[in-house]
Amino acid sequence: MKKIIDLRNITKKYFIGHANEFSALNGISITINEGEFVSVIGESGSGKSTLMNIIGALDRPTEGHYYLDGLNIGDEKDHELSGVRNRKIGFVFQTFNLIPRMNALRNVELPMAYARLPRHERTRRAKELLELVGMDDRLSHRPNELSGGQKQRVAIARAMANDPAIILADEPTGALDSVTGHLVMDIFHKLHKEDGKTIVLITHSPELAAETERIITLRDGVVIDEAAGYGNRRPAS
Amino acid sequence: MNIVENIRLAFSSLFANKMRAILTMLGIIIGIGSVIGIMTMGNSLSGYMSSSMQDLGTNNVTVYLQEKSEEEERAGDAYDQMRSFESAEAEVAQTDISEKDLISDEMLDIVRSEFKDIVEYISVTDTVGSGSVSDGDKYANLSLLGVSADYAKASSLEMKSGRFLSEKDASGNKKVAVVSEKLTEKMFGSDDPLGKQIFIDTDVHSGVYTIVGVYWYKEDMMNVGAQSSEKNLSTNVFIPLSIANMITGNSGSQSVTIVTKAGSDSIAFASDVKNYFNEVFYSKNQDYQITALSMEDMMQTMMDMMATMEIAIAAIAAISLLVGGIGVMNIMLVSITERTREIGTRKALGATNGEIRVQFIIEAVIICLVGGLIGIGVGVLIGAVGASLLNFPAVPSLFAILLATGFSTFIGLFFGYYPANKAAKMDPIDALRYE
Repeated sequence: MKKIIDLRNITKKYFIGHANEFSALNGISITINEGEFVSVIGESGSGKSTLMNIIGALDRPTEGHYYLDGLNIGDEKDHELSGVRNRKIGFVFQTFNLIPRMNALRNVELPMAYARLPRHERTRRAKELLELVGMDDRLSHRPNELSGGQKQRVAIARAMANDPAIILADEPTGALDSVTGHLVMDIFHKLHKEDGKTIVLITHSPELAAETERIITLRDGVVIDEAAGYGNRRPAS
Repeated sequence: MNIVENIRLAFSSLFANKMRAILTMLGIIIGIGSVIGIMTMGNSLSGYMSSSMQDLGTNNVTVYLQEKSEEEERAGDAYDQMRSFESAEAEVAQTDISEKDLISDEMLDIVRSEFKDIVEYISVTDTVGSGSVSDGDKYANLSLLGVSADYAKASSLEMKSGRFLSEKDASGNKKVAVVSEKLTEKMFGSDDPLGKQIFIDTDVHSGVYTIVGVYWYKEDMMNVGAQSSEKNLSTNVFIPLSIANMITGNSGSQSVTIVTKAGSDSIAFASDVKNYFNEVFYSKNQDYQITALSMEDMMQTMMDMMATMEIAIAAIAAISLLVGGIGVMNIMLVSITERTREIGTRKALGATNGEIRVQFIIEAVIICLVGGLIGIGVGVLIGAVGASLLNFPAVPSLFAILLATGFSTFIGLFFGYYPANKAAKMDPIDALRYE
């Protein structure tokens, strides 16, 4: 099976050389295979945000190596990292982070614009993706005209825009009520099962994590536990 | 992201904050608007002045009497020159000028032969006074001037019909007159005025004259804007010099216009002829001396003055544009702070630092360019209104418009770069977390 994410002995230190130097990650090694649905769980301060930044190529590790789809991220220059984020990673944020002045369609087109796809191609694909998440009737709505769940669905469509190697979701249901949150999780399950997407879900919620195939638990910058999850929507108890 | 999309994006963010965009643009609008307005007016004014100077004849040198007084010392600047030039033509009754002070025909004959290589002809004017012609309820105001036959050439008068005064009119003391087409319109409507007799009534003289010619009236720089209305417009009526001399009792002139031959240096000639007059004819005169002024010199002075004025205006405009530019920079800094999360998101989605930088620079340029274009519109309008108030034809300066467009783009680039660069260098992680 192909390794999509290969983290080898990753350390991330802040304020190096200063009195307040501290390590957010202390030698973490994780591998995630293509098509896996993995969750990273941990309390605040456990280092999961730092890990997300590194997996998402927003930051480079202080020590260790990170291979994303075979690419050594530590060696890439800033503008190359932009390209990696653009093509290999689909971000889904807790706060949606849609561009307020753009309608749903334009928001989904944005990563493709940075990938320099021709305009008609972008529009065609953006419509397809919005249909996939059930938002094809809201193409010209702006974010402030959409509910939280709708916004997150648009954000997921946007994350899929350049057909990335992984979808990296940071607390995607954190700002949603539980019913809407489940709807969003259903979309992830669908993407995972039907499209074979590799999904990394970062969360502090054990229930949400239980829906994934594998649960990685962090504490104080190290992996303290790896366990199998249901790999499916948990039946209502 | 190509340039067209960036421009579209810039407009959408301007529209998202219309009031702010307008207030930001205001500095640029005012700066560009005032430059264009003033340059349009200046352009109209100088175009008008040079064309009317050309009409008066650039080869002309006006030689006139001036009282010997302390005033001569400050007769240098252009305004004084204009004033004294004006008074030289229009002055009627300077007190205490005796016949020996006036420029006589003998003097002119000597000058003509002395400077025969330069002098084309000499036009002599004797102002009789102002008055009117009337017939029933029809009337027209006029200034009555006795002129020599060369006057028409010296003043570039264009005849509409008939002829100008001739040497024979003068030698035969014929009571003939050349009038303006404005006067004939008022008095005779569309009837042919040639050969008609008019009764001219002025404060010093009244008499019947036969019209032998009609010239096209031209507003010149001396009377532009000064005429209260078309109805009261006063135009010149020319009669033979000999007749005017008889009326006024003058046997000489206070001022004469010497037309120099084409290609000769009229500025040098003005000073030569002045010195010649003063040395040969006026060295013993206690009260009067001669001053000479070439039109070319005057035009040069005026043009220099206009150029200096334009530089001063440009400097003021540069300051206001600087202030406007700082306003743009300020608002761009506010804007990128507000949109920190957007910047973070864009970076997460794959925007490079360069793409973020270009996006914000284009936004700043669009603000300045739109402001500049509005400013150009406002300026052209101000210039047109100003020029029409001053009675000049409005001539928008194409150069100024192009310069303004280029300059506002430059302001956008210059003052947009720093905020855009700040946005480009933001750390995506911090930017994404920004509250």
